[in-house]
Amino acid sequence: MEQFLGSLAFIVLYGGTYGVVLFVLSIGLVMTMGLMRVPNIAHGAFAAIGGYMIVNVMARWGLDYFSAIVFATLCVALLGAVAERTVYIHLYRLPELDQILVTLGMCFVVVGTLALVFGPNIVSIPLPSSLSQQIGLFGRSFPVYRLFILAVGAIIIAVFWLVFDRTSFGAQLRASVDNRSMAQATGIPVDRVVMLAFSIGTGLAALGGGIGATLFPLEPLYPIKYLPLIFIIVALTGFGNIKSSIAVAIVVGITDTAGRYLFPELGGFVIYVLVIVVVALRPAGLFASRRGT
Amino acid sequence: MKIVVSPFGSDVVGSRTFRWTDLALLAIPLLGVYLAFPSYLSLASYVVVMALFALSLDVALGIAGTVTLGHAVFFGVGAYAAGLLTIAGWQEPISGVLLAALCSALLAAITGPFVLRLTGLPQVMVTLIIAVLFFEAGNKMGWLTGGDDGLQGIVLAPIFGIFEWTIYGTTGYVYVAAWLIIVFLAVQRMAASPFGIALRGIRENRLRMQLIGSPVMRHLMVSYMASAFIAGIAGALLAQTTEFVGLEVLSVETSIDVVVMLVLGGVGHMFGALLGAPLYLLVKDLSKQWNPHAWMIIIGFLLVFVTLFARGGILGALYSIAGRFQSRKDTEAP
Repeated sequence: MEQFLGSLAFIVLYGGTYGVVLFVLSIGLVMTMGLMRVPNIAHGAFAAIGGYMIVNVMARWGLDYFSAIVFATLCVALLGAVAERTVYIHLYRLPELDQILVTLGMCFVVVGTLALVFGPNIVSIPLPSSLSQQIGLFGRSFPVYRLFILAVGAIIIAVFWLVFDRTSFGAQLRASVDNRSMAQATGIPVDRVVMLAFSIGTGLAALGGGIGATLFPLEPLYPIKYLPLIFIIVALTGFGNIKSSIAVAIVVGITDTAGRYLFPELGGFVIYVLVIVVVALRPAGLFASRRGT
Repeated sequence: MKIVVSPFGSDVVGSRTFRWTDLALLAIPLLGVYLAFPSYLSLASYVVVMALFALSLDVALGIAGTVTLGHAVFFGVGAYAAGLLTIAGWQEPISGVLLAALCSALLAAITGPFVLRLTGLPQVMVTLIIAVLFFEAGNKMGWLTGGDDGLQGIVLAPIFGIFEWTIYGTTGYVYVAAWLIIVFLAVQRMAASPFGIALRGIRENRLRMQLIGSPVMRHLMVSYMASAFIAGIAGALLAQTTEFVGLEVLSVETSIDVVVMLVLGGVGHMFGALLGAPLYLLVKDLSKQWNPHAWMIIIGFLLVFVTLFARGGILGALYSIAGRFQSRKDTEAP
C-alpha cells in the first residue's frame, strides 16, 4: 500500500509538473490558433529565447533565479507583441501552408542564431539552493523544484481563470475566439485583443521554457524538438478552447508519465496513439462540446 | 501555397503524350553531372535520390494538396525495408526497390484514412505526430533497425545480373538516374490524366468535387499511396546506393527538409522538385562549410523570402520571367 501510494504520488507529481509545463508552453499557441488560425511553428522559439535569456541574465548580470525568470517573461512578452505587429500581422491572410513555411523559416533563423551565439550544446539554468533540496512524501523523496513548478502552474491557472471568466478582457477574448467578425462588429478592438493574447502567450512560453528547463533541456534545437509535444496539446485541445487546454495538458502529462513509468518499453507511445485516435474521432478536440463545429 | 502554372497554356494540366523535350530536360543535366564530376557520383546519387523524394511529396502536396510534415515515414520505411530485404537474402536490387516501395504504399493505406479525412492544421499535426511515432519506434526496435548504429551489411547482387556495383558509385548513379527518369515520366503522365485533374480539383475545392460526385476519399487515398510508393522507391535507393540505413531517414528533420526542398524549387509542377533538391543541398553544404550553424539561418531566411516574395519557388520565378518575355513578344508582334 505504501509502495502503491508512493508510485501514485510519483506519477501525479511528475506527471502533473510535466503537464503544467506543457500547459504554460502551449497556451500561447492554443490562443493564437483560436484567434488568428495561424499555426505558429515558431512558438517554441519564444520559449527557447526566454530560456537562454534567463541563463545569460543570471550569468552576466548576476540576477537571481526568480527575478531572471520574471525579467525574461516580460522581455519575451514585449518581443511577442512587436513580432505580432510587424511580422505575424502579414500572415493572417495567407494560406495555411504559407503560414507554416514562414513561421518554420523564422524558427530556423532562431535555432541557427542560438547555435551560432551560444554553441550547439545543452545549457542548464542553475537552480537556487532553496529549490534543489529534496522533500519526503509517502516514503519517497521528491525535489522541491517539482512542487515549485506545481505552485507556479496553480497561480497561472488561477489567474487565467479569473481573467478569462471575470474580466472584460477575458470576455473580449472569448468573443473574438468564438466569432471574430461578430466581435469586431460589436466594437471589440479585436486587433488589440489579438496582440495582447499573442504577447501573453509568448511571455508564458518563455516562462515555461525557464521553469521547465530541467524537464525540457535548453538547446538550440529546442523549438523543433518539442514542437510535436506542443502540437499534441493544441491538437487535443481543439482550436482556441483555452479552458480545456489546462485539463488536456495535465491529462497528457500524467498519461505520458504513467505510461513511461508502468511500461518502460512501450510507454512513450501511449500518448502518440491517443492523439492519433482522438484527432481522427474528434477533430474538434478532446473536451470540445458536441454542439456546433 | 502558390501552385506553379507555366505561362504556356498547355502546361496547366500538362501533356499526356510522351514529349522528347521533357526527357531531354531530365537526361541532359543528369548526363552532364556524370561527365563533369566523375569523382562526386556518390554525392550526385544522393542528390538524385532526394529529388525523387521531393517529387513524391509533390504528388501528395502539390497535386493533391495534402499538407504533410511526416513524409519521411514513407522514405524511412522504404529504406529499412530495402535494407532488411538484402540482409534477409533477397539481393536482387530492382525487385527489392519495388517490394520496399510496396511496404511504404501499404503503410500509406493504413495511415491514409486518419490523415486524409482531415485538412489544414489538424492534418499537419497528425502527419507530424505519426512521423514522431515512427521515429521513436525505429529507435526502440533496435533489434530490427540497428537503432542508433544504423542498419549495416547491405549487400546487393549486380543489376540485371550484369552490372557490378563499383566503389566510385558509377553504377549506382546510372541506376538512380534511370529510376528518376522513369518515375518522373510516370508522375507527369498521372498528373495529366483525368485522375490527376480530379486531384487538382480536390486541392482547389474539396467540397465542390464532392458535390459533383467525384470519389474524393478514394482519389486522395490512391494519390497518397502513389506518393508513398515513390517515397519508398527513393528510400530504398538510398539504402541500396549507400549500403547503409541510419535512423535519420525517419527523423522529423528529414520530413522538414523535403518540404523546404519542394518549396524552394516550386510546388505543384514536377520540375520544381528536381530543381529544389540540388539547390537546397547545395546551399546547405556551402553554408555548412562556411559556418556549421549558419546554414539554418540562411535556409530560414530563404524560406521566408521564397514564401512571401518569390512565390512559386525558382520554377515560378523562371516561369514569370519567361511569361514576361513571351508577353513582350506578343505585344511586339503586329
